[in-house]
Amino acid sequence: MSDNHTKETFFTKYIWSIDHKVIGIQYGITALLWLLVGFGLMMVMRYQLAYPDTQIPFIGWIFGEDKLLLPEKYNSLGAMHGTIMIFLGVVPLAFGAFGNYLVPLQIGAIDMAFPRLNAASYWTYFLGSIIMVVGFFVPGGAANSGWTSYPPLADVATAGQTVWLLGMVMLITSSLLGSVNIMVTVIQLRAEGMTWFRLPIFVWTQFITAFLLLLAFPPLEAAGILQLMDRLAGTSFFLPTGLVVSGEVLTNAGGGSPLLWQHLFWFLAHPEVYVLILPAFGIISEIIANNTRKPLSGYKSLVYAMTFLGFMSFVVWAHHMYLTGMGTTMGAFFQTTTMIISIPSVVILTALLLSLWGGSIRFNTPMLFALAFLPMFGIGGLTGLPLGLAAADIHLHDTYYVIGHFHYVVAPGTLFALFAGVYFWFPKVTGKSLNESLGKLHFYFSFIFMNGVFMPMFIQGLAGVSRRLADGGQAYAHAADVIYLNEIMSWSAWLLGMAQLFFIANVVLTLFKARTGEINPWNATTIDWTETTSPPLGHGNFEKIPVVYRGPYEYSVPGSKIDFTPQTEKG
Amino acid sequence: MLEVLRKLGLPSVSASTQGPSIDNIISMVHWLMLVLFVGWGIFFIYTLLRFRESKNPKADYGGIKNHYSSYAEAGVALIEIALLFGFAFPIWASRINDVPQGPDTVQIRVIGQQFAWNIHYPGDDGVFGKTDVNLVNEQDNPIGIDRSDDFAKDDIWTINQLHIPVNTPVNILLSTKDVIHNFKLPELRVSQDAISGMQIPVWFEATMTSEEFLEQSVGTGREGKGFQIACAQLCGLGHSKMVGYMTVHDDEGYSNWLEEQKEYLLEEDEDDWGDDEW
Repeated sequence: MSDNHTKETFFTKYIWSIDHKVIGIQYGITALLWLLVGFGLMMVMRYQLAYPDTQIPFIGWIFGEDKLLLPEKYNSLGAMHGTIMIFLGVVPLAFGAFGNYLVPLQIGAIDMAFPRLNAASYWTYFLGSIIMVVGFFVPGGAANSGWTSYPPLADVATAGQTVWLLGMVMLITSSLLGSVNIMVTVIQLRAEGMTWFRLPIFVWTQFITAFLLLLAFPPLEAAGILQLMDRLAGTSFFLPTGLVVSGEVLTNAGGGSPLLWQHLFWFLAHPEVYVLILPAFGIISEIIANNTRKPLSGYKSLVYAMTFLGFMSFVVWAHHMYLTGMGTTMGAFFQTTTMIISIPSVVILTALLLSLWGGSIRFNTPMLFALAFLPMFGIGGLTGLPLGLAAADIHLHDTYYVIGHFHYVVAPGTLFALFAGVYFWFPKVTGKSLNESLGKLHFYFSFIFMNGVFMPMFIQGLAGVSRRLADGGQAYAHAADVIYLNEIMSWSAWLLGMAQLFFIANVVLTLFKARTGEINPWNATTIDWTETTSPPLGHGNFEKIPVVYRGPYEYSVPGSKIDFTPQTEKG
Repeated sequence: MLEVLRKLGLPSVSASTQGPSIDNIISMVHWLMLVLFVGWGIFFIYTLLRFRESKNPKADYGGIKNHYSSYAEAGVALIEIALLFGFAFPIWASRINDVPQGPDTVQIRVIGQQFAWNIHYPGDDGVFGKTDVNLVNEQDNPIGIDRSDDFAKDDIWTINQLHIPVNTPVNILLSTKDVIHNFKLPELRVSQDAISGMQIPVWFEATMTSEEFLEQSVGTGREGKGFQIACAQLCGLGHSKMVGYMTVHDDEGYSNWLEEQKEYLLEEDEDDWGDDEW
């Protein structure tokens, strides 16, 4: 370990680093910036939705002399918002940043199993994310066929789609490298005494997530390359015979199937939902145990439910495709699996809620975000039920009801969990605690405006208003009674953007403060807090590799003088 | 619950035979959601108040000891099974298996394209004539009807104007010329993707004429606007403007409309004849 300290320059220490902590921070900063970009795109789109075909204020010049967000540009922003939020923002933050930084610390490892692979994973992600935005500067603008990129539309789309595919190939490669690394690290590098059922739930969630990434992403990588061939080499994997586009017979079409893409895409993209949510469960579990000062209720049922959720997530993908003409057998299968997968979700949410019972609940900023996650994820999960039943989906499919549903899972769901995690582990990473007052302002305003953005979507969805309409539904009579909500949602979105200034200011101001020297400000039990300094020593993490004697959440143990018993305490 | 959902936004008209059963399953699922959410919510808020640090400074290591939550989870599973077998499967089976084929069924082809709905009627012979992509002409023949085919001579096509009779099974043979679209009739609870390279049947029976519907919507935000066909799958630049119109006639009105179309067709044929001759 010590020899790692000797030859380090600024460049090898902070840029081209192979230390999992530095890579985790790199992931974290990059992903947070992308989240801001992705959210920025949405704030522009929401202007067009609230005030269709009027000039975009302040930044309208970006969109040309007329300052209008024309449908082609709206579609580009829509596709890129989804892509950036999921693949450049949430997954890299949840898995790349939190996973990288915390997993080795929580299991008592000096680094990831393959430190160089780890660096390669980050830089592939970085390159992929740059490629993604290069799309904005090619003729025709960035990809504009939705983040789902359904062919034939995506096959015949402008050049931005090619760039999107190249970016996706890089991003997928990055995730594959990262997932192998987490798996091997958790299997091989656990400290002495760190048995499977002494792992913090956070580590379990990262471990399961790694499997999902490893098994779900390759089909999309293959599909992406097939679509690339369709676009560049004149193949027709996704183009059936007899297509006429813009009055011209499509000569290279023939023999392909657009549904092949949908199956391959959703085979990734459904497990991807659980890639987004499992790390959030992990973060929330840690924070709830810590701030109730008691063990989680049902540690094992959480682990089993999450593992089961991971398995099931591979057999529900076609519930995104009920309206493609699906027959009764497939329909019955995918409706059944979808209902089955709701059960472990209910078990997890119930276990987390029951964990609050009997606690001594501290309402600090990370805990507020963690607590808000529970009902927000609850809404997101419950609204998935009508969509999972094909008959109800007939009316709700691809409406704003769907948009509301998955945003509740990912925005006030996963993003709140990630914010909770940032507030909770910020002292670990920097040795400085974020300001509680600014944190609470950030929380309360975010909570109000998140709901202001997403709750009205259910109403528009019930009315049958489709997603991806560049004018928010102006052309449709069935939208007439609910279209006024667009303005409410847009103002909520902009105010939500303003609320993030509390967070940004908090981070900047805190970074200028001196380190407190406090190692374990939350009185936590896990190794990451008790066995390393805050921030941890350089590459190598521990003075001495810890030995583990007990489970991760030994809070308020009867007969103990203090209300937390570290995992490394003998006895 | 249905009333609440209608207050919220669900179209108050459910103008097809399968519409009410779809509304019914949507209501039932929302009951389940409401009960779970309220149950969780009450527990959540009560727990936060009762076990806040100032009220309960010492946490209980053991936590909750009863197993009511397991019963609740089992209950959710049972309700979901009931929803699946009692409602979801039968509705879907009817949608897929009961495609009407009888002599009184109206068969209509609908062909989506960027950014319009082409409607193709078989004419008096009840058989759709041949179509050929090489004959497609966006001005005169957008779906490439081959008029040299005997079955095609009496075929009628319109753009964005779907006319159907009320209380009669209608079977739409849905396809697309180019990319994927979705044929959606929100007030009839009908929606089906038009997938490139496939022709997919989607059937329904309207239970309300356009006239009745317009009378009902007086005083609402959509007064004066009849049934529309929405495109519910992103299909390109003009997606948001891809509106079609559907008129539901009584039987007499429908046959009158068909007669009218036949006359137009005859006039058109005469024009063609003249062009060829001179």
